[in-house]
Order: sequence, then C-alpha cells, then structure tokens
Amino acid sequence: MARMTMIEAVRSAMDVSMARDENVVVFGEDVGYFGGVFRCTQGLQAKYGKTRCFDAPISESGIVGTAIGMAAYGLKPCVEIQFADYMYPAYDQITQEAARIRYRSNGDFTCPIVLRMPTGGGIFGGQTHSQSPEALFTHVCGLKVIVPSNPYDAKGLLISAIEDPDPVMFLEPKRLYNGPFDGHHERAVTPWSKHELGDVPEGHYTIPIGKAEIRRKGSAVTVVAYGTMVHVALAAAEETGIDAEVIDLRSLLPLDLDTIVQSVTKTGRCVVVHEATLTSGFGAELVSLVQEHCFYHLEAPVIRVTGWDTPYPHAQEWDYFPGPARVGRALTEVMEA
Amino acid sequence: MDEFSRLSLHVPEPAVRPGGQPDFSNVKIPKAGSVPRPEVDVAPEEIRDLAFSIIRVLNRDGEAVGPWAGLLSDEELLTGLRHMMTLRAFDARMLMAQRQGKTSFYMQHLGEEAVSCAFRRALRKGDMNFPTYRQAGLLIADDYPMVEMMNQIFSNESDPCHGRQLPVMYTSKEHGFFTISGNLATQYVQAVGWAMASAIKNDTRIAAGWIGDGSTAESDFHSALVFASTYRAPVILNIVNNQWAISTFQGIARGGSGTFAARGLGFGIPALRVDGNDYLAVYAVARWAAERARRNLGPTLIEYVTYRVGAHSTSDDPSAYRPKTESEAWPLGDPVLRLKKHLIVRGAWSEERHAQAEAEIMDEVIQAQKQAESHGTLHAGGKPSVRDIFEGVYAEMPPHIRRQRQKAGY
Repeated sequence: MARMTMIEAVRSAMDVSMARDENVVVFGEDVGYFGGVFRCTQGLQAKYGKTRCFDAPISESGIVGTAIGMAAYGLKPCVEIQFADYMYPAYDQITQEAARIRYRSNGDFTCPIVLRMPTGGGIFGGQTHSQSPEALFTHVCGLKVIVPSNPYDAKGLLISAIEDPDPVMFLEPKRLYNGPFDGHHERAVTPWSKHELGDVPEGHYTIPIGKAEIRRKGSAVTVVAYGTMVHVALAAAEETGIDAEVIDLRSLLPLDLDTIVQSVTKTGRCVVVHEATLTSGFGAELVSLVQEHCFYHLEAPVIRVTGWDTPYPHAQEWDYFPGPARVGRALTEVMEA
Repeated sequence: MDEFSRLSLHVPEPAVRPGGQPDFSNVKIPKAGSVPRPEVDVAPEEIRDLAFSIIRVLNRDGEAVGPWAGLLSDEELLTGLRHMMTLRAFDARMLMAQRQGKTSFYMQHLGEEAVSCAFRRALRKGDMNFPTYRQAGLLIADDYPMVEMMNQIFSNESDPCHGRQLPVMYTSKEHGFFTISGNLATQYVQAVGWAMASAIKNDTRIAAGWIGDGSTAESDFHSALVFASTYRAPVILNIVNNQWAISTFQGIARGGSGTFAARGLGFGIPALRVDGNDYLAVYAVARWAAERARRNLGPTLIEYVTYRVGAHSTSDDPSAYRPKTESEAWPLGDPVLRLKKHLIVRGAWSEERHAQAEAEIMDEVIQAQKQAESHGTLHAGGKPSVRDIFEGVYAEMPPHIRRQRQKAGY
C-alpha cells in the first residue's frame, strides 16, 4: 500500500491500465512529454512510448472525435480535457456521438472512451477554470458520469471507467488533487498522506460504477454530496454537531438511488450539496428523486446548497464556494423545520 | 470628411436563380487526360496545381485518355456500371416508397453515383468509411444486401438499427460503413481517429472520411485536417462538392479559398480535384490516395466535383432556389451515361444490353423491396419491439432505464 495524492492515484490508474491492456491509449493537450498541466500523465510517455501517450493539438472536438474513431477501431482511449471548462467545443462529439453510437448502430459500433477533466473551483481559477458541468452530462443518455472524492476512489473508479464498455465522463475535483479539503480556504490543506483514503494499492483494483459510499453514519439528516463537497459536508457536520449521514455519490450516472432512499427514509431530512450553479443543477434531479421516493418519510423540505447562478468569480471565489458555514446553516434549518 | 467610406458586407450569390438561364461558366473544366499523374510519394507542394484543376479520364467521345486511365478491365467497369445502375434504381423505388408513405424520409444520389460506387472499389476488405447520408454506393458496391438497406429505411421488424435511426442512416462494421450521424462533419475527425488507431496498432487497414461541400464550414472539418496532417494518419479525406448544401450554393461555404481541395494545402496535405461524374477518374484518384495511405505516406484530400441532380431529401424542393433545367446544363454529364458510352466505345456493351440490364436490375430491386416490405414498413406490418427503445443505450441496462422500461410495460 502506498500513500498517494489524487493526482498520483489517477496517474497510477492509467499506468496500471496501460500495462494490462495494450489497447489503452492516453492523449490530450500537454499530456505527453510534459505530463499534463496537473502532471496526471507524468512518466507515461517515457514508459509506454509516444504512440500510446501523446500530445494533441488544441482542439477539444478533434481530441474527442479522434478518440471516438479510435474506440470504433478497438482501442480504449483515456483522454484528458485540460479543464472541464474547455469541454464545450467537444460537446457535440460527446453528447451526439460518443453517447449514442452504441444505440444508433444497435451495438455494431461501440464507444469505450474515458474523458478525464479537472473540475470545480477553489484554486482561484476564475470563471474559465472552475466550472462543474456535470449536469450537462447527466442529462445525456448513453454517458456515465463519475466524480471521485479521494485518491482511493479516484484510482478504483478510473480503472473501472477505462474498462467500461461505454463512454465515461470522469470529473476530477482539482481542489482535491493534493489533499482533502474542509471548506476553509485560509487553513492549510491536510495532505492525503495523513488520510486513510490516501492509502492506495499500487496494483489493479476497481470500484463499481453506480455505487455510492456512506462517508459518515448519522440518523438526523442525510447530506447528499460528491467530489469536493463531500469534505465540506463532513466538516459542516462536525462543526454543527448535527448527527448527519453523509453520502458520497461517486457516480452520478448511473446513480445509486437505493442508498439515498434508504438513508432519507431513515433520517427523514435531506440536504443536497454541489458546487455547480443552482438552477437546473444535478441537485434538482436529486431533490426530485427524494421527493418521489421518500415523500411520506420527509419531516422537512429538502434544501439545496450550491454555487450561485452566476459565473464563477475570481476575487470573490470563497463567497461563491458553498463552504461549511452555508452547509451548516442548511443543516440547522432542516433540523428546525 | 473621412477618407474611408462606410463598410458593407459581401454575401455571395449563385450565378442564377429560378427562372434564369443555368450558368456554369465559372466551372473551369480541363480536357480529359490533361492533368498529370504524380508518383504517390510526391511532395504535396509539388502538386499544388491539382487542388485547382480537375482530373478527368473520359472524354466527350467516351474514350479513356491520359495518365489516370487504364486501371480497370472491361469486367470491372461493367461491375461498376451495374453498381451505379443499381443505386439509381434503388433510389427511384425508395423515393416512390416515401411518396407512398412507406417511410418518412429518403435521400437520393441522382448524379452522384460514381463517387461512392467507384471509391469503394479502391478500398480493401477491412478498411473503414465514415460516410455521410449520400454514400449508399459504398454499400451497394460492397454487395451489402439491398433488403437490409430497405429494412432500415422502412424501420421494420428486421431493421438492423431496430427502428432507432432516421432512414438511410445505415451501419455495417462488416462492410466498412460507420454508423451515420445527422450532425454534420462529426464523422470526419472520427475517421482520422480510426486511421490513427490503425497506425498505432501497426495494422494495414486505412480509413476514409466523407463530407459535403457545405459541411466543410464545420469546425470538425478543420480539426480533422489538423489531426490528419499532424499525425500523418492513413486516411482519405473526401469532399463531395455537389454544388448545393440544401438550398445554399457552394460559394457560401467555400469563401475565398478558390476550391475546397485548396484547403488541404495549408495543412500540407496533398489535395486533388476530380471529375466526380467520371467513374474511371474517381477510381483512379481513390486508388492513388489509398496507395499513399497504405504506404504510410499519410492523408490525401480529394474534392469530387459533381452535381446533386435530385432534391437534397424528400423534404426539399429545389425548384424554389435554382433553375429547373440546371442539372441538364451541368457540364460534366451523367455518370451512368458516360460509363455506358465508354463501354459501348470499347465494344464491351450495347444499348440493347443496357436496356436489358436496366430491366433486370429494376426487377432485383423490386424483389428486394417485396421481401423488405414483408417485414413491414413504417406505418404497416412488423415493427421493432417497444422494448428496443430501452435496450442498447449502455452495454448493460442501468437500474433507472430498467425502471422506465417496466413503467412502459415491457
């Protein structure tokens, strides 16, 4: 067992996958010689050669389009979109092509690709390096959408994604790349090396796509979160002293509805937390499902804590970011309702 | 007073509109046989002229002339003629079937049969095309069963796509025909990716991407050229310039580039223009490009200069935007009639045999149609199961789709 950051865990997942399967190729902007702007692919070109890990032109639609063609041939491309914010030029290829090739050809052609992209804020990335576009993908049938919250999950889920026969969007919360985060930007980040989920096996293992994990047992209220917000929710529960059960979704599509329903049925209260903007965000889907499946068990309206309905600002980042104080106020509100 | 006057926007217009006299004086047509045939390993900068000329083999007298001639035997040419005639007969019947309400939609190839039919014969088994909606000739010329094509058009119980795709959006991995998308140009860069994969795996197979003149304005066209050029992908990048993108004439997408082929020059990709109504020329150029790809010399861009005689689709009315007689004035003629004439000149064919073949082919198409219709049409007879709506979105059905399928009662 090794101690890894999320960056190292992501790199290890690609390394293990490339070693096991010669059809796995890794490419994207700056990922080859340089190893990616976050160094997630560092060393892979040296180890596997430049036809299996290479730099791509700055053309996201070209990157995703060629990956789709490679997948149709029989390769398993795992590509990096440098920031989730840069995904939009490839949106057509992702949503109209990758997502539907299996369906429209009745399985004659398939599209086993993984699109990795750093997501979310908290690193002073401003409005073009901080977006959380997961809801744009969860609305698309044919895609799978994963957001890990720690190195152990990131590696196991990414290996699962690479081995998955369908296209997978793998959103990596960049605020968690180097350590877990409790929502307080002025405090030093705890390194993953001091965190149990920083213990990552060096070899091959998988975590099933579509299974949530309960990060904190509780009986008073259910907090549904994913990615960076899992850590914020945990901090809010500790700081308020409220007996909250915190669910880390890990996979948004497919979604582990059973775990959510079981928890909310038990607690009778629910707070949904995400970093993306409020309106039509993935939280809207989660609240709908809770309403549909747990209505007669609810003792308070379900509350969402999210980013504001504005672009992600630079200087006011920490007022935009849903931190433990806002989540804590929501927990208090549902408990008092 | 300012030295500059106010600006005005230039919006290109075709030479004539409905009611006017067709005018193709802008299409500069070199004599058949006049364009040289370079070696396949020629440096792209040495053949820049080929991006502005038109490679032609068949002359007005039906003779095959020049350096691009002499590649096909009588038997191969007769096969080619038969493919084009089959595609034309197929189109005629399916167009009628659409008018009869047996399907919702159809797109015919009239005037463009040589492009896909001849191209397919320059490929090998295992090569992959990433086509648009007007390359059914790739399937016909690869002996894909017409009944299967019709099953797809009718969305019946035997439709290989299980009723999920718009008519004519075929798929066949076995026949090197990638599943067609309605979103334009997406397949062009996918073709490059497939070709890159073949090169990564040190395979011998090559890919071909297809695009229409109008869709070259899409960003994926340019992405494809960047990737193909950068990685020297073994891919043939085809542009079918049939003059019309629905109602928009080719001058709108072309801008100031002179020709569509010329766009390859900036990428260092060898670029050729060919007479798209000349079966022999199309085959010769496709074979040249395929050989380049197979010899690891990288991509080739080919512009097929042709004319869309029919409507864009069954939902289109070309008389609203171009003279009714424009197709008759098209200076490169009809691909079927030109190859027929050539074969007669060679003594390998006759008017009588042609008429007989036409009747035989139409009979084959009608028989195929009867067989397909026995499996149902869009509004009558056998249909794909409603259960098929929910299948195949993913390799394994996730719980939320299973719940929806059960809710629908399947």
